[in-house]
Amino acid sequence: MEILVVGLNHKTAPIEVREKIAFDGPKLDQAVNILKTSDVVKENIILSTCNRVEIYAGVNEVNAGIEGIKDFISDFHKVPKDLLDKSLYIHKGQEAIRHMYRVASSLDSMVVGEPQLLGQLKDAFDSALKNKTTGVYLNRLMRKSVSVAKRIRTETKIAASAVSISFAAVELAKKIFGDLSAKAFMLIGAGEMAELAARHLINSGVKDVYVTNRTIARAEELAREFHGKVVMFEDYTMELKHSDIVICSTGAPHYILMKDQVHKIMKERKQKPMFIIDISVPRNIDPQINDLDNVYLYDVDNLQGIIDTNIQERAKEAEKAEQIVDEEIWSFLKWTAALTATPTIVALRNKAEEIRKNEVEKTLMKMGPMEEKTIRAIEQLTSSIVNKLIHPPTAALKAEEEDKEQMLGIIQKLYNLEIESDDNDKT
Amino acid sequence: MQIEINVLLFELALTFYFIATIAGIAEIFRGKKTTSRLAFYLAATGFLFHTANIIVRYVQGGHIPVTNMHEATSFFSWCVLILFFFHEVRYKLGLLSSFIMPIVFILMFSSSIFPREIKALSPVLQSYWFGIHVILAFLGDAAFAMACGIGIMYLLQERYVKSKHLGGLFQKLPSLQVLDEINYHLITLGFPLLTFAMITGVIWANSAWGTYWRWDPKEVWSLITWLIYALVLHLRLTVGWRGRKAAILSIVGFAIIIFAFFGVTLIMKGLHVFM
Repeated sequence: MEILVVGLNHKTAPIEVREKIAFDGPKLDQAVNILKTSDVVKENIILSTCNRVEIYAGVNEVNAGIEGIKDFISDFHKVPKDLLDKSLYIHKGQEAIRHMYRVASSLDSMVVGEPQLLGQLKDAFDSALKNKTTGVYLNRLMRKSVSVAKRIRTETKIAASAVSISFAAVELAKKIFGDLSAKAFMLIGAGEMAELAARHLINSGVKDVYVTNRTIARAEELAREFHGKVVMFEDYTMELKHSDIVICSTGAPHYILMKDQVHKIMKERKQKPMFIIDISVPRNIDPQINDLDNVYLYDVDNLQGIIDTNIQERAKEAEKAEQIVDEEIWSFLKWTAALTATPTIVALRNKAEEIRKNEVEKTLMKMGPMEEKTIRAIEQLTSSIVNKLIHPPTAALKAEEEDKEQMLGIIQKLYNLEIESDDNDKT
Repeated sequence: MQIEINVLLFELALTFYFIATIAGIAEIFRGKKTTSRLAFYLAATGFLFHTANIIVRYVQGGHIPVTNMHEATSFFSWCVLILFFFHEVRYKLGLLSSFIMPIVFILMFSSSIFPREIKALSPVLQSYWFGIHVILAFLGDAAFAMACGIGIMYLLQERYVKSKHLGGLFQKLPSLQVLDEINYHLITLGFPLLTFAMITGVIWANSAWGTYWRWDPKEVWSLITWLIYALVLHLRLTVGWRGRKAAILSIVGFAIIIFAFFGVTLIMKGLHVFM
């Protein structure tokens, strides 16, 4: 059995191609079942997300398998094969295993370390299990991919730090306040990035939400969405003293909050810390405010700087992750090697031959000097008994597909055979 | 020469604190949770020997072993450890052992320098007030020692957040608010302990020498310490001196305690002179 990956992702195919080839919704179950009936593809799993479509397959013959999968995609989606040739990548054997591990641990993603892909891969596997399209190899490989991803997540810091403005803001808020559940948050103005950051903060559990906007209707709309209170734009500085976290994003071309205002607010707050995020460009909040005690002011560039460092940090961690992938490929290959019948058959033959030889020797010793002809006859007799006894199990082992692993295990146990295999990481 | 059991126990405790300190500092650079747990268990092992040492000396001397510099400094670090264990278990603060274990070790190491003989308690010290006075005083000082360690952690973390360079220990250090709150709790714990220690000291002084207050250098410096922490609490409650200012004050306060403890005892001799 050979493992194959045939697929395309955001790096090899534009969205126009990806959306044509996507197996979304009910198409997925349909597709795995069609592929199951194929002569060349013995096992299959299909992963389809907005950034990638990949078919993982176990095939007996690599080239036939590749062609079979290409034909299938082309037939299923009614796309010409030459379009596929331009965007598809194909990995076989060891590289296919590497690819699956890298996808699962999100080393192959647009943003390294993003956790969604592992969940999508699990869903793909569930759908394959439901439709019974996988066998020993892909089941094992899929479970292994999940455990490799988990190992990488715990042993490297690949997903440790925020790589988006809004997550960086939440991370900082947690480092300033610890627990956000008793904190009040004010959103001044609106804007895509500010709203996203606000949503993340609210999901992290801030208690009170205030919204203010020059356009009162917009403020009301956002307040409804965030379950917050509307504050009149004219009065928002009055309410600031109740706010621990402030996100500001207005279209004003000048500073709307000055140092002495915040100085006064801090006195009224008895110096309880304040975290102010100024997402506006041009900036709306006097940068000198950061000099005040217990006030922490971040603008877009500050947050972007943090994200840049985090991304570099992730890239460094990704190198460690690749090493883990290498190790794990090796361990999987060891397992597949043990799964092939040959070593067991050889061991069984050797064992039988050894027993035969010993017994013949013992008998010859007891009987004393004998004619050459008789000795040869005894040798022939014993050999043919042994071969006849061993033939049916070895033939059955070679032919077995479904429960090969189990059968090998039984034979190894029954005859007490020692085969080098990697059994310690069965999942 | 026969090695005395209390000396052996002391050396064992000192050794374990030393390794725990190394592990604590290693946590800064390695940042694995296992290192922090290792530091904790090493410190706990040292603490068992240390406690045994104090018990042995108590039995041999017949009184709480705080009557010379060796004993007093050792008892001081023992009290810091009690509070350290409590906070480590209760709050699981990142890097706490990196900042507290060095204080514990330095105290223990200073203790090891002083002469170790066990002396009979001089008649003037023989009083119930003695035990109460010293336990309150050292627990109070221990709370201030912890507040100092936490204050240093706060200042470091605050610098990361203010400067917007979130490298280094930013990820491992606890949040600013948690550090500030614990610092405040420790001072609200240390301050009443110090107050009661001073009250019992005054009562005891009266029963021993017939005067409440004799402007002995130790008394003066205790009063200064008390005023500093009273100021810390007052400013916090009235004008909100929290965060950085509170952290700095708790470091200054502890520096004064250390000066009063070593400096006054060794340089200016007074009633509190042990030897």
